[in-house]
This record gives sequence, C-alpha cells and structure tokens, in this order.
Amino acid sequence: MEFVSPEGLRLDGRRPMEMRQIRGEIGAVAKADGSAFFEMGNTKVIAAVYGPREVENRSQQISDQALVRCEYTMANFSTGDRVRKPKGDRRSTEISLVIRQTMEACILTHLMPRSQIDIFVQVLQADGGTRSACINAATLALADAGIPMRDLVTSCSAGYLNSTPLLDLNYVEDSAGGPDVTVGILPKLDKVTLLQMDAKLPMDIFENVMQLAIEGCKAIANYIRELLLENTKQLEYRRGP
Amino acid sequence: MLQSKSFVRKTKQGKVVKVVREHYLRDDIYCGAPICKVCDSSTARLSPSASTILILDTNVVLNQIDLLENPAIDDVVVLSVVLEEVKNKNIAVYNRLRTLCSNSTRKFFVFSNEYHKDTYVKQMAGESPNDRNDRAIRVATQWYQSHLGAAGRVLLITNDRENKRKATEEGISAETVESYVKALGQPGLLDLLVQPAPEDVGMEEVEDLRPSKRKVIYSEHKPMSEITSGLHRGIYHQGKLRVNRYNPFEAYVGSESIGDEIIIYGRGNMNRAFDGDVVAVELLPQDQWQEEKSLSIADEEDEEEEDVHLVPSSADDAPRNTDLAQGSVGGTKAVLCRPSGRVVGIIKRNWHSYCGSLEPMPMPAGNGGIAHALFVSKDRRIPKIRIQTRQLGNLLDKRIIVAVDSWDCLSRYPSGHYVRTIGEIGDRDTESEVVLIENDIDSRPFSSQVLACLPPLPWSVSSEDLANPCRLDLRHVCVFSVDPPGCKDIDDALHCTTLPNGNFEVGVHIADVTNFVHPGTPLDDEAAQRGTSVYLVERRIDMLPKPLTEDICSLRSDVERLAFSVIWEMTPQAEIISTKYTKSIIKSCAALSYIEAQARMDDSRLMDPLTMDLRNMNALAKVMRLRRIERGALTLASAEVKFQIDTETHDPLDIGMYQIREANQMVEEFMLAANVSVAEKILKHFPLCSLLRRHPSPTREMLEPLLRTAAAVGLNLDVSSSKALADSLDHAVGDDPYFNKLIRILATRCMTQAVYFCSGELSPPEFHHYGLAAPLYTHFTSPIRRYADVIVHRLLAASLGLYKLPTIFQDKAQLTSTADNLNYRHRNAQMAGRASVELHTLIYFRKRPTDTEARIVKIRSNGFIVFVPKYGIEGPVYLTPRGEKGGGEWVVDEQQQKVKKMDGSISYSVLQTVTIHMEVVEPQPNRPKLELALICR
Repeated sequence: MEFVSPEGLRLDGRRPMEMRQIRGEIGAVAKADGSAFFEMGNTKVIAAVYGPREVENRSQQISDQALVRCEYTMANFSTGDRVRKPKGDRRSTEISLVIRQTMEACILTHLMPRSQIDIFVQVLQADGGTRSACINAATLALADAGIPMRDLVTSCSAGYLNSTPLLDLNYVEDSAGGPDVTVGILPKLDKVTLLQMDAKLPMDIFENVMQLAIEGCKAIANYIRELLLENTKQLEYRRGP
Repeated sequence: MLQSKSFVRKTKQGKVVKVVREHYLRDDIYCGAPICKVCDSSTARLSPSASTILILDTNVVLNQIDLLENPAIDDVVVLSVVLEEVKNKNIAVYNRLRTLCSNSTRKFFVFSNEYHKDTYVKQMAGESPNDRNDRAIRVATQWYQSHLGAAGRVLLITNDRENKRKATEEGISAETVESYVKALGQPGLLDLLVQPAPEDVGMEEVEDLRPSKRKVIYSEHKPMSEITSGLHRGIYHQGKLRVNRYNPFEAYVGSESIGDEIIIYGRGNMNRAFDGDVVAVELLPQDQWQEEKSLSIADEEDEEEEDVHLVPSSADDAPRNTDLAQGSVGGTKAVLCRPSGRVVGIIKRNWHSYCGSLEPMPMPAGNGGIAHALFVSKDRRIPKIRIQTRQLGNLLDKRIIVAVDSWDCLSRYPSGHYVRTIGEIGDRDTESEVVLIENDIDSRPFSSQVLACLPPLPWSVSSEDLANPCRLDLRHVCVFSVDPPGCKDIDDALHCTTLPNGNFEVGVHIADVTNFVHPGTPLDDEAAQRGTSVYLVERRIDMLPKPLTEDICSLRSDVERLAFSVIWEMTPQAEIISTKYTKSIIKSCAALSYIEAQARMDDSRLMDPLTMDLRNMNALAKVMRLRRIERGALTLASAEVKFQIDTETHDPLDIGMYQIREANQMVEEFMLAANVSVAEKILKHFPLCSLLRRHPSPTREMLEPLLRTAAAVGLNLDVSSSKALADSLDHAVGDDPYFNKLIRILATRCMTQAVYFCSGELSPPEFHHYGLAAPLYTHFTSPIRRYADVIVHRLLAASLGLYKLPTIFQDKAQLTSTADNLNYRHRNAQMAGRASVELHTLIYFRKRPTDTEARIVKIRSNGFIVFVPKYGIEGPVYLTPRGEKGGGEWVVDEQQQKVKKMDGSISYSVLQTVTIHMEVVEPQPNRPKLELALICR
C-alpha cells in the first residue's frame, strides 16, 4: 500500500513531517480539580485530575511522596465500528500504566507526601495516537489543577512507512503494521520520559524517526505553553486588579 | 504549511461502515508549468514552451495507455483523482502511468488536485462518485485555465460524451482522443488508438467486413453479482485459466473448490478467456464430459497440432496430466473422471501485449488506407486478434506488438490495437528480440545511474584491500579456474594443496561481487530486478554491467582479484575436517577450459604442480560424488545441445550434444560442496531469513508418464525415494547404449523445478533438495550471473560479522517476494534460452533437410512423439496425413504403449528407434516450423 505518494503527500494530504491539527482546551470538567480536552486531528481525548487529596486506601499510602494513579478508558462510541472493549482490558491497563509512569516522572511527588493524585483520561474519538493525545491532555489537566511539575510532558508519535519517516500517524497509517515510535519528553529539560516502539527498525533509521517524534513533541509543547499562558491571563483578568 | 481547513470524507468499505478521515487541503501544491509566475517552479515538469497542456480523463488513460507512452504525447497533467481511479480499475495501467510520470525525459506532471484548496470538490447530494470525479477533473481544468491565463492553452481530453458536453458548457476546451490525435497529423499514431466501443461512436461507423459474423458467437458473460453468488453456492468454480501450450483449444482451470483441474475444451467453452485470466467455471453435466471432447475437435476451424520443440527440462513446462487426456482418443479407457466445464464469466483479465505478426492479406482498396487485419500471436495460446491499421503495407512482413482491448460476444476474435514494430520477420535479431520480450527479459542497456555505481576503471586491487585484516591474502596459492571455453564471466576458482599431515586443503574462491554491488544502490536494484544473466545462443544479457561481469569481478588468470572463499581441510577420503569462510585476495595462475583441464589430467607425462593439484582434486571429487550418489542423489540427464556459430554471420554451423567430461563433474562437485557448506552456515546464523534453494519431491502423478513408459518396455522403476529411483535408473540397461540416457531424460522431465525460498517461510523438512539428496542447499557460487548468490554472499558476510545485514533481509515478507522474483526470472531465463535454441535449430535446418535417427517417447492416436537425441529436439510424427481423421486405421494400445495398424501389419512401440526426415516447412505464412516425417524402411 502506498502511504506516501511520489508527490510527497500522505493519504490525508499531509506531508511526511507534518502533524495533524492540534487543539487544546482547559477546564472541561468543572467538578475536577483540573481538566482539559485535547484534540489531534480526529483523535479527541478528555482528561480530569483530582488531587492532591487524601489517600483512599490507607495501605497504599506512601510516606515520603504522593501516590499517582491513572485510569485510561476508551468511550464505547470512540471507534465507531471497532469492537467494544470491556473495561480494564490488557490494552487499557498497559496504556494506563504508561501514562502513569510518564506523568509520575514530571510531578514533584516528594512535595506532597501521603497524598494521592488521580488522573482520568478518556478517549472520545480514536484515530491513532491516542496514547500521545492522552499524555498531552493529562499535562494540561495537571497544570490546570496546579500540581507542581518539573516541566510539561508532551508526547507525539512517528512511524516509518514506504521508507519515509512520518510524523503523527493516524489510524490508517498506524494499522499498516509498520514501526511506530511514541516519545514523551520534558521539553525544557530535554529529557525523555517515554519511549515505545512497535515492530523493528535499524538503529540509524530509528534515530531519525525518534528525532522527528521529538520535534513533534516540542511543537506540541510550544502550543501547550501558549495555551496555558493564555489561560493564566484569562484567570488574571477574571480575578480583577 | 498546514492548511487549517479540515474536511470529512465518508466512504463505504465492505460492510456498510462509516469511515471518517481527515482531508487536509493545501496551498503549497504547484501547477508544474515553468511559465507560471505565481507557483514555485523548482519541481515543474512541463516544458516551458508548451503550446497546449493536456489534461486527461480517466477513461482515456485506461484505454489509451499505449498512445500515452508514445513520445509524441507530452506536456500532460495527470490529476490525482485520475490516478486514484486508474489505480482502482487497473493496477497494470496505473504502474505504467506512474513510470511515465517518473520518467525524466517525458513531461508528465502529477497535480494533486484532491489536496489543493481550490480544486477540491465535495460530493453533492445525489451525485454519483463517477460524476463527482468527472466534475473534479473539470474543476481542475478550469483552475488551470484561469491560473495560466493567456500563457498556455489547456485542453481536456475525454472520450466521455457527457463530460465533454459539460466541459464545453463550462467554457473548457475539450476534445476526444481521436480528434486530438488526428489534429497532430501523425498517421502512425492513429494505429495506437484503441477503437472506441460501439456506444461511443455511431453504430454505422463500426463496419464489419463480414455480415455473417454478426451473430452471437459466444455466450454472454454472467454479471459479477451472479458470479459471486454462484461461487458462494458452489455452482461455479473460480480459478486461473491455463491454456495448453501445445493445444490452444484446451485449457485447464485449477479449482480449489473441487480440488482438481477442470478441463475446458474448445473456444466456445473457453468463452473469450485468455491464458492467465481468473475465471468462473460451471461444470458440464457428467455425460458431456467425454462427448464434449470429440465435439471440440470437430469444431476447430484451423486445427493446430503439436509443434517440434525442445525437450522440456522439468514437468512444470507442460500442463499436468495432459497426456492422460490426450492419449485416449482411440482407447475407451476410463478418463471420464476428468471434470470438464465452461467459462461463465471472467473475474480478472490477464491481458497484456503480445508479439506476433499479421496474417497475410491483400491490400484493401480505398477506405482511407484503414485496413482491418488479423494478428497472429507467436504464443500459440493466444487467439488471433483483430486490429485496425493505416500502415498495412508496412507491417505485413514485420514482427509487431499488439495489445488487446476488448472481446465482444459478437465477434470471433478479440479486438486490439498496434503498439510497436520490432523488426522484420525471420531476421535473427528480430526473432531474438521477440524471445526476450515474450519472456519478460529486460535487455536494455544499463542506465547512467547504474553505471555511476561502478568503481573507476581501470580497477585494480588497492592497498586498502590488502591492508584489510578481514581479507586473507592468498596470492601465493596456486589458484586456477575451469570453465567452458570462451567464458568471460569467471565466477569461481579452485585450489588444492597437500598439507604436511597428508590431508588436503581445498579452496573454492568465488568472485566477491558484493564488494562492488552495495545494497540499496541503483546497481543493486537493477541486478535484483534482472535476477539472472540470460544466455541465448548468440548473446548474453548480463545481470551486472559489462565492466563488472567481464573484468572487475571475473577471476581471470594472472591478475589479482577479490574473492569470497570457502576453504576446507579434507582427508584423502574427502571427509571434511574443518571449514573456513573468508574474504580473500587471489591471483589465478590459469584459466583452463574443461577440455584443457581434462587433457592435463589424462596426460600422464605431465607432472607439474598444477596438474598434480588437478588430479588430487579429481580424486577427491570422485569420492565425494560416489558418496553423494550413495545418499540417493539422482544423476539426471539433459538433452542440452551446443551450437557452433559462424563468427561472421552468426548463423549456426553445427549442432551437437553438449558433452560432459570428468572435469565438469569435478568442478560441479566442489561447487555443490561449497553451496551446501554455505547453506549450513547462513541457516545457523539466520534461521528465519536465509535464502535457500529446495527441490520438492515429485508427486506420484508427475512420475506416472515415466512409470507407464517404463512398464511398457518391461522396466520396473522404484520411485519410493530418490535413492530407490537412482538405483533403479542405474539398473535400467537396455539393449542399446542410449537406452539408459533416454530413461534418465524422461525421468528428468518428471521432476519439479527447484526454487528459491526464504527459510522463515517453511519448516526444515521442506528445505530438502530432492535431486541432490541434500537436506540444505543454496546458491553461492555464481554471483556474477545470479542475484540469489549475491544475497547469499551478503548473508554469509553478515554471519561472519564482516558487514551488517542489509535491512531488507530482516523482513521475511520482503525476502520471500525477492525469492519469488528470482524464481520467475530464473524460469524466464531458462525458457528464453530454450526458445533461442529452438530458433537456431530452425535456422540451421532451414538450409539443411536432414535424415536422422529418433526415439519414440510418446504414443498418440494418429502418430507418436519422437525425440531426436542428436539435436535434442522433440516433435510429432503423423501416421495419418493431417486434416484427415485417424479413421480407426490405427489403434492405440495404452497398456503396451503401442500404436498398431488395424490389420496388425505395422506397429510402433514406445522407445523404439525410427528414422525420420527433418525439414523446415511453412504451412502458415510467417510461421515456419520444423516438420518431422517418418521414413519407411
């Protein structure tokens, strides 16, 4: 199958190095301490953060740092035709774990000992790259909740099809079965907190693909930073002088 | 960069499912015309002085691709919507169009109108996808018109009336292909045009020369929906149609649903299907199975019989079980069980272009020079094709290429159009060209990109190579090569030295092609595509460019060359003690021919070191050979012939059987051993992605003809294993010296073809090589002329840690597709070689009618097939004159494999020797053939 035409256009009209359109919104769930909505093309996710609050289950309490929990779910209507997955299936559990670990790496958990932070992410519409979208949404929601973080975490995927590195795979490209690298970075600190890959890639190509994904992460980070700045300005304005 | 308008497109896939995809529209898609001031012209393809820019409709591309390939058509804008439609309808045409678009000498520009913000159109309510696409084409044309303004004329070429009408209404200049080509004023181009289907032109324009042919000749094909449901309910059977190479009125459809081949007799039942088409077949009622056959023979208007041809080298050359069905006309044997059927519909066409000539006909009077001619393909499986031409006088004595366009059920023959001329009929170069085209062999010179990959000439071993610690310096060793006389691409050399402990060190040195052919370069891609060198009688089509083939890689004598060596330590009993693989530098001290090597070994006076080495090697080879035969390797015989070619005229002067000497066997033995050693090594390191070669055991049915023949002459062959077969072949000694060889030749023809495969695709027991009785085998020893060996060299180098394994080998699927291509190319090269020999045999006998001895190999109702050992050819001898039916005068005895005259006065049995007369006759003009006739003693 031809994923990149000889004219250099992908199936949806993007060029290989282009991301889908991204859009974020802060404050989607009023009841939560922090929440956000994030969109990467047709992939739409919502994230809500509760905490830091008292640990529900005393036995899980950690004396010197906060407990971070994460739950990833896909709405039943998110895929349309694809099979309905029961809650807590392997895939969801794995992605929950991945998101939790990624977020934990940037939250300053030692500042909030004996407390708990809950991150809920739900996919409203899936079109590839849900994992990245969830991490980006979670970052926004954590920032909204005012939880102390080292840096923003942003994530983006990149793949390698038709001997071309492609940024931000959509569902069609993702299901081609080619290599798919998902990267999460701390953009300011220039550190990688998440790196996953399906299938195999030779080392030199992998470096290119990963570099491309990192570029994508940085672009998202810029966007998120602007969004937060805008949001803060709004809050400032609302509070009055 | 990113346009912020996002669109949603809905398509239906299989089940009714809503698919939502993003569709980004862009503002950075350029028009491709260098005269344009607005667009970025760095990627522009159209010529700056283009007077007219053509925009093609989909139907034009689909039907007139031959015309588009003509350089007269240029400055074409191909819209992405057209590309997409063509891709969905006909992938072959799509590939040809893509090749055109990427050809830098042609001015075809792809305009991605679907992603351009101004030319994207959304499907309107109630609009069919087809209409939407037509509209998209018109919108794009209009955009071009207004975009370029007065700078260039934009012309929409469409054969769709409705589209043309709408275009004109919208103020777009549109023309049909016919009127455009006519306006170009090149009459030759008109022949390339596909004749429009009747509904596009007025009925009166399609004049049929013979009103009697207006009646319906073939039954209508069933609509696709009916076929699908019929296949579902098991009424119809789907399969690929294969026409009998020797009888174009008989075809087979291998059907999975009934697990057997369905025979289809006669053109009527074949119902316009071509060889290679995927068809739907309906079984005939059982009582018609036999009857149908006799009917079909009566039907045949221009009966064609078996032709003289070379002896096939394996069973795959002929359709399976043919003789079962054919040999039974006289006998009332139970062949009834063969299901026969008729084609009800064609699921996928396998039409391409064919080589052949026009059937001679008188020049038509008047009629504007347009003549309707019948084209006769060289491939006898293809029916005659009707074409229209304006250059009849020019084409009559030419070999031409014709493409098929359609086959209406009203016409006896399919209609097609002229594509190009190859040359004059009978001219040797033309006929060789035909052989190459028919076997899909690329004989074009190498492109400049490929030649750019060659090392600078003159090349010699550099000091870097010498300093390379991975390269063993073997220049002091006495290495020599043994090849056929006049061989220029020497890819193997040998050495053999005596070690102090009485053992021998034996080395096989193979040209280090991979040192020059690096993966991923154009040179490598080209070689992978060609797959193998092709050896015709008078020329060689190289896989690698000449400097590599004949100089840099060739292990010529007295020059330093790079090699990849396998070195064994062997005991005098030829037991391998150790094996070493290494890259090396060698300096061959002698390039011997087989004859020279043999003469040296035989001449007992010679005691020089080289001769001693040769003798030692020969002794070892004999032991190895014996052991191999012990294991059950088959000694098969082939009827290979050798031509002596006149150096001036290139006409064949003499034909003789290829003689095999001990020296040949000696070299062969060490090459086999090297291949086996390498196969073990690479499989150990890369169990999932090694390229190996296997030879499947023949099935019982495949050996059936051999067993029947053997039984008829009172020979009992045991075919339970290769060992048993080898033994019984050894014991098959008849009353004359040639008997054993004949039986071996017959046995060889029952074998399957050996094939390359990727080790990850099969399980180890399937790796077996039947003919060599080896559990593992690969090709390592001829990298100059076979691409498989190049791959194996890379695998071996990677297993030694010398290089990284190229990425494509890590992909099982890709390696499998490479292996498939190699098998295809290898087979084609073999077929081309045989066709070339056939061609030269014909040229040879044209001037020399000959009487010779022949052996009967197959019995038929009206004659028998003979094999002529001296020339390695096989052909039919008729007892009854052609045209007349056997009339029961001759009777076939299946059991005894005998054909007898009714009164019992004369009988011929299989393997009997007869004297025949061979002469070239031309029963149909332009189709000369060799005729064999019995000389009664």
